[in-house]
Amino acid sequence: MDAIVLQILNGLDKGGAYALIALGLTLIFGTLGVVNFAHGALFMLGAFCSVALQKLLTLSMKVKDPSVTFFDAYKQIPYLEIWLGDTGKAIIDYAVPLSILVAIPVMLLIGLAMERGLIRHFYKRSHAEQILVTFGLAIVLQEIVKHFFGANPVPVPAPATVAGSADVGALLGLGSSVIYPWWRLIYLGFSLVVIAIVFAFLQFTTFGMVVRAGMADREAVGLLGINIQRRFTIVFGIAAIVAGLAGVMYTPILPPDYHIGMDFLVLSFVVVVVGGMGSLPGAVTAGFLLGILQSFASMTEVKSLLPGIDQIIIYLVAVVILLVRPRGLLGRKGVMEG
Amino acid sequence: MQDNTPRNDLILFACFSIAVLAMPLWTAPFGADYPDLLQKFAIYGIFAIGFNILFGLTGYLSFGHAAFLGVGSYTAVWAFKLLTMNVLPAVLFGVIFAGIFAAAIGFLSLRRTGIYFSILTLAFAQMSYNLAYSVLTPLTNGETGLQLRGTDPRLLDSLLGVATPDGLPSPNLFGFELLGYPSFYFCAVMLIIAFYLALRITRSPFGTMLRAIKSNQNRLSYTGVNTRPYAMAAFVISGMYAGLAGSLLAVTDPLAGAERMQWTASGEVVLMTILGGAGTMLGPILGAGIIKYFENIFSAFNDATLHSIFGFLPHWLSDPLVAVLGLFVGDGWQLTLGALFMVIVIFLPGGLMEGATRLIQLTRRKRPDGGSSEDAAGSRRAFHAGE
Repeated sequence: MDAIVLQILNGLDKGGAYALIALGLTLIFGTLGVVNFAHGALFMLGAFCSVALQKLLTLSMKVKDPSVTFFDAYKQIPYLEIWLGDTGKAIIDYAVPLSILVAIPVMLLIGLAMERGLIRHFYKRSHAEQILVTFGLAIVLQEIVKHFFGANPVPVPAPATVAGSADVGALLGLGSSVIYPWWRLIYLGFSLVVIAIVFAFLQFTTFGMVVRAGMADREAVGLLGINIQRRFTIVFGIAAIVAGLAGVMYTPILPPDYHIGMDFLVLSFVVVVVGGMGSLPGAVTAGFLLGILQSFASMTEVKSLLPGIDQIIIYLVAVVILLVRPRGLLGRKGVMEG
Repeated sequence: MQDNTPRNDLILFACFSIAVLAMPLWTAPFGADYPDLLQKFAIYGIFAIGFNILFGLTGYLSFGHAAFLGVGSYTAVWAFKLLTMNVLPAVLFGVIFAGIFAAAIGFLSLRRTGIYFSILTLAFAQMSYNLAYSVLTPLTNGETGLQLRGTDPRLLDSLLGVATPDGLPSPNLFGFELLGYPSFYFCAVMLIIAFYLALRITRSPFGTMLRAIKSNQNRLSYTGVNTRPYAMAAFVISGMYAGLAGSLLAVTDPLAGAERMQWTASGEVVLMTILGGAGTMLGPILGAGIIKYFENIFSAFNDATLHSIFGFLPHWLSDPLVAVLGLFVGDGWQLTLGALFMVIVIFLPGGLMEGATRLIQLTRRKRPDGGSSEDAAGSRRAFHAGE
């Protein structure tokens, strides 16, 4: 029982990342009809927002270390700490949550620029060409990041207060054997909140209503005199923010390197396909489901039974789904079937 | 390309063969006349020709073609290890195994079209890649890659009493060692054969059927044609081409690693085909050559070479220039690749062959009026027409 709870929890945080990326992919596909292979790169850019902020905050000055008296020793002290004392220390400690504030405007800008500058010209082109051009863009973004931050993973620590592990077993009344890192729990909660915000935004605001109407019948909405194009551009920006936030918060779990986006992109596309192309609830459900499946497949018991299953389980599920139920788990009939 | 008479095809084939065989001569001015690079031109040319049969002719965008390349490589190295250092069995088995592998994947993937097909092939390729790295380590030797060893059995060789040299043996063709230029000529002959077969396939009724699948599969089904066997055949053929390319990679360097199967490798062959011109005969080979050439040249550049190139400029001008260009060369070669990818898809979806055709058309139209000397203006116009 404990093992099962632990595996489900293990799957949920990764599933949260899959769900967030897949949500953005689906939003873009549903509104603009564009297959965005650069979405993983947006996730990666988000992650590097937090890396960049952390580097910026910890810009340091070489100061003589007074505690060493035998010889001249120097140590690096961040400017923030010198200027603000303990407050500065706290700010540095909370670099990752603070990056959320940075990432939102940055990702929105990147998203809007991408849509206006590139994607806009590809509405009427074939899916193959959309895939190819966004694939090229992904490589370009990736290489630029590699140039500035190097090819190695950059560790970004979580705030010290939540660096430890939570005794989830005790919280749930299951005994004390379920220990789980705080930050992963936070990530899970964070992804749920972001998903809830996106859904609420689409469901309860006028803007969201117009977007949903546009997804259903773009032409009719246009004929009503609504500039649906501009709203769709904003939706692209929102999708970019969601992917970016998923990346920001994921940095303490997995130190980001420049191709982290590609690794997640392939899986997220699989998630979108399993959930059903164009179905938002499908993308979220499939994201969490596949995350949990993957974590169960990585259990040693399962691995000894079916060696290598942890490496391929997601693809295997996708293949089966595509062959048996091509519209995906929650996809509407007729959307992209064939 | 409009008049595809057998005579024109023969001329095309003859010119192509001569150009390939004379490659060491005419690549010399570009500094590309060494066997290592020429082999790559030929091998990736074969890979791209095969990919073009599936993508350019039939219209299926596969994102997992590198898997077949990898299977071809592994099979060839195993043939070297178990049977003989003669290259013919290695190539043969590489092609056959890649074909079988392609048949299995194609059987499942071809149930879907469009992006679903792309994602399915991508999923299968990633699966193969992950497995090659983890569970299949006894077969693939994991991260180290599959290598030859002095202690390999080489049953046929020992049966026929071929003397084993001290140290590692090198691939041979009936005792004739394939190293350097002989190895390139072996690849070149394979490329010519591959090109001839592709030409025959394209011009055959079967090729016409593949083009019909590309232009409108639904209409074809409504007229009562079952398109699946044709698409399947195209997929397997294209997989076998990839297997041939993979086994030739193993012939030129008997080592197979899983990174050959990664999806970036699949992306590269897509780019080669698109850059040259999908659906054309020569385009993919041209694209493969250009990419491999620039990969070789650009990745060898570094900031110091750039500085010496722009040394004639004043410092305030050359330094920022070098800083910007330095992004694109050396380790940043991938950036050039990505940017090239975007530029081609955006401005010239038909690839270089389309650009060339447009140029020719423009000059032809010009000629009766008398003025045909504005090549630059023509190319600029062709560019804008592509937008």
